[in-house]
Amino acid sequence: MINNTLVLTGRLMKHILRSPDTIITVALTPIAMMLMFVYVFGGAVKMSLPAGVNYVNYQLPGILLMAIASGIAYTAFRLFMDAQKGMFQRFNSMPISRSAVLCSHVLTSLVSNLITVVIIILVAFVMGFRSSAGILSWLAAAGIIILYTLALTWVAVIPGLRAKTMEGASAFAYPLLFLPFLSSAFVPTNTMPLIVRVFAENQPVTSIVDAIRALLANQPAGNAIWVALAWCVAIIAVAWFFAMRAYKNRS
Amino acid sequence: MERGEIFALLGSNGAGKTTTINILSTLLKPDGGTAAVNGYDVLREPDQVRRSISLTGQFAAVDDILTGRENIILIARLRAVPDPVRIADRLLRRFGLIEAMNKRAGTYSGGMKRRLDIAMSLVGTPPIIFLDEPTAGLDPEGRLEVWKTVRELADGGTTILLTTQYLEEAEQLAGRIAILHGGKVIANGTLVELKKLFPPGKVEYIEKQPSLEDIFLAIVRAGEAGPND
Repeated sequence: MINNTLVLTGRLMKHILRSPDTIITVALTPIAMMLMFVYVFGGAVKMSLPAGVNYVNYQLPGILLMAIASGIAYTAFRLFMDAQKGMFQRFNSMPISRSAVLCSHVLTSLVSNLITVVIIILVAFVMGFRSSAGILSWLAAAGIIILYTLALTWVAVIPGLRAKTMEGASAFAYPLLFLPFLSSAFVPTNTMPLIVRVFAENQPVTSIVDAIRALLANQPAGNAIWVALAWCVAIIAVAWFFAMRAYKNRS
Repeated sequence: MERGEIFALLGSNGAGKTTTINILSTLLKPDGGTAAVNGYDVLREPDQVRRSISLTGQFAAVDDILTGRENIILIARLRAVPDPVRIADRLLRRFGLIEAMNKRAGTYSGGMKRRLDIAMSLVGTPPIIFLDEPTAGLDPEGRLEVWKTVRELADGGTTILLTTQYLEEAEQLAGRIAILHGGKVIANGTLVELKKLFPPGKVEYIEKQPSLEDIFLAIVRAGEAGPND
């Protein structure tokens, strides 16, 4: 089972490396966004932030979440293509574990998104990102990012298996892509009108961004970290249920 | 079915051919009744069934992004057969895909994809192969290529169950034929037996015109033989 999953994951990683479109969308676009946020909007935003805040540090968690949201659109796309092209049929009629195929898609999503995250953090470092966090805080931040990636990955599995068209398979990612804009990811929420602010402060991205930001700044994360964890676990549980149902219907 | 035999399920669209294949390859659970493959029950021993078979589905299920060689190596790794690379090279040679082996399967013609698809099904030499409409969507040359491959497989002792909606294909390939209609087998037997079900034909003299297929193949082959002028 593990061996089969790894072989199939290797196959999907080749898909990513051979698709310039995927690499441009999932890695270069978030980097371009980051350059824009820091060097275009950053100066203006800084005025509403407490003095001394490094804006590269401030916006990095939001950029990471956006990158993950665009990454999982391709997870759905790859699942859709496998279903369309009869690859599921082929694998499921072979003497290999049935869960290996789905696991390989999930694992590929996790690995590829984490590679993107590392690349973006390295670029941010060149742009002036600095962290005083210790190893434990870094591990905690990595844990939240992994959980968020898994949560969105399981969400992506559902349309990937159910969609009738290629557009349908990846359209769900757009709202997820824009969720960081309606959060504390790029600007503090206290300048927003009441309704927007209430939404922003109570949607998952804000707590996740706040938790990662606090951890990397080596500051007490307070409640945010627990709210973030609760959101991720809840999304994983619900999405996993529907994803498994869709998978059973498929195979 | 007998070992090493080619058995054709003949029927029009919606007759239940693919459903039958899917049940036999454990992709679908039957609503009722029993089915056994290689002596194993599809419901109670699905793992043994999957070990005994290979399914070549209705659409060539090859990975377009991988090369032809990588496709075969992938299946060899999944089936955990020893020396995947050697097996891949042997199959690629056998199916005339050596020259194209390092090109992505997405760039292959329909006939090449089908051959690659069948080559992938042969990894691990399963005793039984299901071919679901192996020539659907192929041009006449591609179809002849596939027919030749199927015959060679059966000569090598592989049992083949194929579905088709082309009468000619069943007639050309199959030792035994079952006609499926509305989900039921309405006739089953060798070609000779099936022909006996009908009153003997009367003798008529007709001038035999070459079919468009004959003309097409003759022209194309003449072209391939080497145009000197």
